Amino acid sequence: MNLQILLSIAEPGLNHFLIVSALLFSLGVMAVLSKRNVIMVLMGVELILNSANINLIAFSRFTALSLEGQMMGLFVVILAAAEAAVALAIVLNIYNRFNTINLDKISTMKG
Amino acid sequence: MFTQASLFILLLPLLGFLILILFGKRLPRQGDWLGTGFLGITLLLSLWLLIVKISSHSTEVFSSGFTWALIGDYSFTLGIMIDNLTVVMLVVVTLVSTLVHLFSIAYMKDDVRYSRYYAYLGLFSFSMLGIVLTSNLLLMYIFWELVGISSYLLIGHWYEKKSASDAANKAFIVNRIGDFGMFIGIMILFASFATFSFEGIFGALEAGELPFGSTGWLTAAGILIFCGAVGKSAQFPLHVWLPDAMEGPTPVSALIHAATMVAAGVYLVARVFPMLTADALLLIAYIGAITALIAATIAITQNDIKKVLAYSTVSQLGYMIMALGVGAWTAGFMHLVTHAAFKAGLFLGAGSVIYAMHTMLHKRHDHTTDAQDIRNMGGLRSKMPYTYVTFLIFTLAISGIPLTSGFLSKDEILAGTLAFSTLNGHWILPMIAFLVAGLTAFYMFRLLILTFHGKPADETGHQQIEESPFVMTLPLMILAALSLFFFYSFNPIGASSGWFWQALERPLSVVPEIVQPAAYPIFYQAVSSVHTLAMVLSVVIALTGIAIAVLMYHRKKLDPAAAAQKAGFLYTGSLNKWYFDEFYSKVFVGGVMAITRILRWFDEKVVDGIVNATAPIARGISRGSGWVDHNIVDGLVNATAAGASQAGGLLSRIQSGKVQTYLVYILFGMLLLGIFFI
Amino acid sequence: MEFEIFGFGILTWIVFIPILGLIVLLLLPDKNSNAIRWTAAIATGIQLILAGIIFALFDRTKTGINDAESFQFVEQFSWITVDAVPWVGRIEINYFLGLDGLSVLMVILTSLIGFIGVISSWNIEKMVKGYFALYLLLVTGMMGVFVALDFFLFFIFWEVMLLPMYFLIGIWGGPRREYAAIKFFLYTFVGGILMLLTMLALYFSVAYTDPATGQSVHTFNILHMMNPANYVEGGLLSGVDTTWRYVAWMALFINFAIKIPLFPFHTWLPDAHVEAPTPISVILAGVLLKLGTYGLLRINFPIFPDATVYFIYFMAALGMISIIYGAFCAMAQDDFKKLIAYSSISHMGIVVLGIAALNTQGMVGGVLQMFNHGIITAVLFLAVGVLYDRTHTRGLYDFGGIANQMPKYTGIAMIGMFAALGLPGLNGFVSELFSFLGAFEAYRWITIVSVTGIIITAAYILWTVQRVFLGKTPDKLSTLEDLTPREILSFLPLIILIILLGIYPGPAIELMNSSLSHLVEFVNTGGR
Repeated sequence: MNLQILLSIAEPGLNHFLIVSALLFSLGVMAVLSKRNVIMVLMGVELILNSANINLIAFSRFTALSLEGQMMGLFVVILAAAEAAVALAIVLNIYNRFNTINLDKISTMKG
Repeated sequence: MFTQASLFILLLPLLGFLILILFGKRLPRQGDWLGTGFLGITLLLSLWLLIVKISSHSTEVFSSGFTWALIGDYSFTLGIMIDNLTVVMLVVVTLVSTLVHLFSIAYMKDDVRYSRYYAYLGLFSFSMLGIVLTSNLLLMYIFWELVGISSYLLIGHWYEKKSASDAANKAFIVNRIGDFGMFIGIMILFASFATFSFEGIFGALEAGELPFGSTGWLTAAGILIFCGAVGKSAQFPLHVWLPDAMEGPTPVSALIHAATMVAAGVYLVARVFPMLTADALLLIAYIGAITALIAATIAITQNDIKKVLAYSTVSQLGYMIMALGVGAWTAGFMHLVTHAAFKAGLFLGAGSVIYAMHTMLHKRHDHTTDAQDIRNMGGLRSKMPYTYVTFLIFTLAISGIPLTSGFLSKDEILAGTLAFSTLNGHWILPMIAFLVAGLTAFYMFRLLILTFHGKPADETGHQQIEESPFVMTLPLMILAALSLFFFYSFNPIGASSGWFWQALERPLSVVPEIVQPAAYPIFYQAVSSVHTLAMVLSVVIALTGIAIAVLMYHRKKLDPAAAAQKAGFLYTGSLNKWYFDEFYSKVFVGGVMAITRILRWFDEKVVDGIVNATAPIARGISRGSGWVDHNIVDGLVNATAAGASQAGGLLSRIQSGKVQTYLVYILFGMLLLGIFFI
Repeated sequence: MEFEIFGFGILTWIVFIPILGLIVLLLLPDKNSNAIRWTAAIATGIQLILAGIIFALFDRTKTGINDAESFQFVEQFSWITVDAVPWVGRIEINYFLGLDGLSVLMVILTSLIGFIGVISSWNIEKMVKGYFALYLLLVTGMMGVFVALDFFLFFIFWEVMLLPMYFLIGIWGGPRREYAAIKFFLYTFVGGILMLLTMLALYFSVAYTDPATGQSVHTFNILHMMNPANYVEGGLLSGVDTTWRYVAWMALFINFAIKIPLFPFHTWLPDAHVEAPTPISVILAGVLLKLGTYGLLRINFPIFPDATVYFIYFMAALGMISIIYGAFCAMAQDDFKKLIAYSSISHMGIVVLGIAALNTQGMVGGVLQMFNHGIITAVLFLAVGVLYDRTHTRGLYDFGGIANQMPKYTGIAMIGMFAALGLPGLNGFVSELFSFLGAFEAYRWITIVSVTGIIITAAYILWTVQRVFLGKTPDKLSTLEDLTPREILSFLPLIILIILLGIYPGPAIELMNSSLSHLVEFVNTGGR
């Protein structure tokens, strides 16, 4: 009986996925907010996107018998790839212009 | 027939005036024949009217009128009427006017404005005839003013002289003061009776109506209308204009300022006599007496031949007014007629003398000697026999010596005044009347002696004096004839038996009985009882006056200078006309001028000052509102802008330019929204 | 009585002929001054002919005043109509012209003075085109005021007059012209505002029921304003003897008193006269001043009979003060034009006294005095203009002995002077007589005091005559030339009228007798 409970705990359920996703999201946000390097920020963004992906897939797996969540996850992966390409291009441009990719140095929009 | 003829008489001189004023200069002889001829025709017509009317022995009144203006329910009717008073007056006016026209042909010869002179004479004759013929007070007032203006024009005939135009102004303005009263009197009567006609007014009064329901207003109306007479007939206190009016040509003085226009006041009082109350009549009598006395006392010391005659005229007019006031209506009016003849004669005689003097002085190129000053004359008797004889007759007439016309009328006036005082005890009136009679005889003989008798003032000049031409002496002779008794009454010592007295009976009073003057029968009885006394007294007093004059100036038994010395202030007062002119010019003229100056100052500084003061005030207000606008209204606008800018400055700090900071905001924003909504 | 030319009534023509002239004139080249003058002369000449036609056709028996049926030459079109305005209902402004006995004489006077003004403007050389353009506009404005029966239209014409007058004084005037023009403008403008307010108050208080639709319609129609039945329940000016009615009367009175001008609103007049060129002085004194008294009779009296009766003593007293005060002030002047200006104040006081009598004699006398004074002052101002043209001075002490130098001129000017003095046989006397007679019945003492004015008038007129015409001719004046034919032409009609109306005023009195009798009755019965 106890073992069963333990097993039921050990068996990965929706909450586990959500916890992982939340951790991942938090790490991503931390990276986005605290890293000075633009590349690192981008990586943080990737983490956030992927945490969202985990959420989508987890909800899809545990709630309804459909593949909509997985579909959305795949879509996000593809979008993330495209986004990364664009973002890196922007970063390259920023580098060309300011000779740095340190975000603190790039403050021409300061009011 | 009567009315047509009199309309013709009225309008002919007007036609003459129009022709002469418009085309006078282009006519042969500048149209003097036209004016004279027209007046001659009116004279003949008037004589015919007189004879027909008087010989009919009736008191019938002919009248006709037309509606002049129709306002609302009132119709303003103008018209003429002919009664015995009218026809007598018509003859007086046309006769004197014709003779003056004739006389002027010589006297005014070579005048710069010869035709203008005749035109104005025509205008005057027209207006004067209008006064005589009118049947209502409105037309009376209209012609009253018209004679005023023609008198103004004629006094100012030689307007290059300042004294002439001053005299003309004075005459008109002083008359206007009298007319002001007359106008108000007329308004009182019109407001009460809604008519101007004598007939209508008398009728209403007879029916018991009173102006504004009181006899007081009736007395006031009478006195106010009399004010017109005070002005025109130069009665105290408005007598000052007449002596100055002698600035006009002498024939004009004879016509207007001696015989006719100044008598219009007497005529007016005679006309409105029935509506005068006893109180009004008493005032009239006293005004007349005071005037007679004042003028006579002035006349005795004047040296200008025309001034003496002018004051004598004023004095005689006072006599007539007094006579009307005491109720001696017929005597007063008769004196008007006789006086018209002899006073016109005196003036024309004086004109003849002045003309002769002037011609003589002109020949000698003497421009400094005054041709009118009797001290420069003397001994003219031998050189100017016709003038002298006629002048003597006129002087006797005015002095009231028997066998003259003046005796007839003056005697009746004195008797009437005496009778009046026996009835109600106003003794002062006959005393003044007799005193004035003596004074008149004295100053007239003084004038006669100084002018015609004695030694000439300038012997060489005297030799060159010539008698005036026939056109000048003819009028004198006609007037001298008319100054004798038989034209008025065949009884040389009693006027009451003549046609004149019979034809003109005192009209009945129409005022309520309590305010009526003494009725005619009572008055007549009183007159009869004192008549002889008055006659004797008047002759004695006149002879005394003459005797003193002869003793003083002819026999030189009495020294005039010593007498003057003795009289002291009386003499200087008389010589200076009792300082009326000085008093009036200080008080009234000065007063009016002061008021005008004060009002002008008031108008320019106060009334307009207030208006102009609104400008600085408005500027002040606008400056204030400008300040408010600039600092407060606009300040508020600027303040919002400044505030926005300040806030922007503060808020712009948030915008660090660091993407990550923004992200933090977004995150917190999201979190807040999450908390808020979930 | 329908009299139309090309489909427009005679009144429209008489009002707008000068505007037609104005249009023609604007098309003419600037250089051609003579053509410009002739255009103006022809325009005003036609006006005069039309006035003659009106005089001939006018029905003397019809009353007018408050009854639209008995007005003559009526033209009524709806001009501005706005349906169903919230709270207000239908707004209606009519083009409504008509003549009655009150206005007919003024129309004749305006056309006559307008024509004479053009003749005497012949020698104006400065900006001829502008001058005559403004002049014609001015004439239209004046004529319009006299024939308008709609308050809105009346107000528009009233204001139309103001501007040309301002420029005519301000540009063609004497040395202090700007001051005078602005003073004139401000005075009149203040009055205009008071009138505007009253007009609006009346508008909102008056509504008549349209017989066709049964709708209640607010209107500016002056005749509807006279009918007490047309006042709406609870309107500001409804009722009888209310404070607001007194206030409205007073506002209108001040407006008109400024125009008349009555003491103490008169000080614009001497300045305006002195600075204005001669023809404009003629218009100003001849016609413009009459607008004030006309307005009183057309608007104050019949619309507010209750307030009129309430204030009538006040009005008579102001008339008296003006008579005496004007005469005294005239006597103190040494400028010829100022003297005539003050004498105008005095003579217009007689008009006010006459109409304040509220009886037919006084009213007829007053309106006749308006006409007569217009003619007399026109003569006097023209006379001053003649002297000013020749000597460039108006100082009374600068003249003397002109009678010898200019006999024709002296004769004509003396007739004018004597008419002003109230000499019988000339027109001034007749109207003064009737005014005083009427006034005496109503106010005994006020009239007696007023009559003393005639003594002072005699004094200042004769003194002026003496200073200007009599005496020796000084050397500096010995080259003066007598009147030219053009000048005689400008004097002649006026002189003839002065004499004719002085001898027989019947034709003029006949024109207004029934109207004014009706007006008197109307006011005395409180408009019922």
